[in-house]
Amino acid sequence: MAFADTVRYRYQTDLEAIKAAGLFKGERYIHSPQSSEIEVEFPIGSAVRKCINICANNYLGLSSHPEVIAAAHAGLDARGYGMSSVRFICGTQDIHRELENRLTAFLGTEDTLLFPSCMDANAGFFEACLNEQDVMIADRLVHASIVDGMRLCKATQDTYKHSDMGHLEEKLQEHQDKRSRMVITDGVFSMDGDTVKLADIVALAEKYNAMVFVDDSHATGFMGKTGRGTHEHCGVFGKIDVITTTLGKALGGASGGCVSGRRELVEMCRQRARPYLFSNAVAPVIVAGALKVLDLIGASTDRRDKLEWNARYWRGLLKEAGFDLKEGDTPIVPVMFYDAKLAQDFARDLFDEGVYAIGFFFPVVPKGQARIRTQLSAAHEKHHLDAAIEAFKKVGKKHGILGLGKKELMARAVA
Amino acid sequence: MDEITEVVRNYIVREYLEKDDERTITETTPLISGGIVDSFSMVSLLRFLEKKYSIDIPDQCATPEAFDTVERIAGLVRRFQKAEVTKG
Repeated sequence: MAFADTVRYRYQTDLEAIKAAGLFKGERYIHSPQSSEIEVEFPIGSAVRKCINICANNYLGLSSHPEVIAAAHAGLDARGYGMSSVRFICGTQDIHRELENRLTAFLGTEDTLLFPSCMDANAGFFEACLNEQDVMIADRLVHASIVDGMRLCKATQDTYKHSDMGHLEEKLQEHQDKRSRMVITDGVFSMDGDTVKLADIVALAEKYNAMVFVDDSHATGFMGKTGRGTHEHCGVFGKIDVITTTLGKALGGASGGCVSGRRELVEMCRQRARPYLFSNAVAPVIVAGALKVLDLIGASTDRRDKLEWNARYWRGLLKEAGFDLKEGDTPIVPVMFYDAKLAQDFARDLFDEGVYAIGFFFPVVPKGQARIRTQLSAAHEKHHLDAAIEAFKKVGKKHGILGLGKKELMARAVA
Repeated sequence: MDEITEVVRNYIVREYLEKDDERTITETTPLISGGIVDSFSMVSLLRFLEKKYSIDIPDQCATPEAFDTVERIAGLVRRFQKAEVTKG
């Protein structure tokens, strides 16, 4: 044993520092399936209570859908529990390839490769497909997994101001001497809930001979009229070179992700992407559930239509109540507080009123940009949202922030 | 403010501040600890300095601490300019 007291003390000190900075993240235990209403034990050890969940990535309400659960059960019976192998040794079943082909058709790409998660897809893609002769130009608000993936890659890194097409064009001009350029963005930005200007990016990419990479994790299944993603929403379906996305949000919410796009890029991932090569295949039960999810969303757009209605209705309720919101047209509706403590206190008070939401603050969002990220689901009924807004209003009154704009809220934060 | 300080300051304003950002950048404004520049987007500043002043700043010197103010960045550039001259 080499975990000496001095070493233990060092980690304890670091953890205390995280707590002292107000950045310590705890967990709340949920005693029910994921849904719009959940049973939560919080604080740990207290009685379980029912509340409205307004912070899950369960956009289409399929996390606990009976048909998905039944399909997963059938998959478990037919193909077993685990693969005990990575894909290229003895971890690929027929249903893995079937799911990849179905995702290819759904996303309108040339090929798809499953990963254990989209985090892994993003972590593995860049190193597998680009090298020091190339440049990666990323929006500054891309997901942390893309940042990690870019750091593992030897290609030149650059960034452009969030959704600033003029700045992106300058960067594309600057890097014309590189062998290839890749513009990297999220489809829907997870913390702000705004949508990428994908048609503009595709136009710039064509002008400056660049590939386009989109992480559509917060879009696949519901953005666009048939839910294909931001490329459908922005009118550039079929024009994106690489889409990474997840099965862990709208598409059933279990786990698993993929790289989908140009055939050669996908094949490079199959040959070289380390999270694919060195991590187990997605479990058969998840593959079977995801296939059913694709059946459901392919047969009807009812769920994404309901989600769209819910998001618009909820945004209207919050605005009418006098909350300061980030603008957008997605099911991610951030309520801005700017002050980290206020965001945390507000979330705690909401829980007391039967609404489960979480305060986000630095380093998850920039300093002075603390917020509660509310997320809509097709599993929400109107009565859930009507009840949740009453809780928001009650807590808003308590803190005296209803009707305050950005400047007033920021002034309060400083004071 | 000398020429290097001015060039660094102007680059930071252009590269990192949004059009509607009312913050002023002085020689001592905390850039990284103040949340204006993050480690992910710092790379473009490093490359700009290396290209503009024909210097090579090794990774171990391009720390968040060394890049935290315009003053420190300008000092770093001057240090590596001298090193280049000595090498040359």
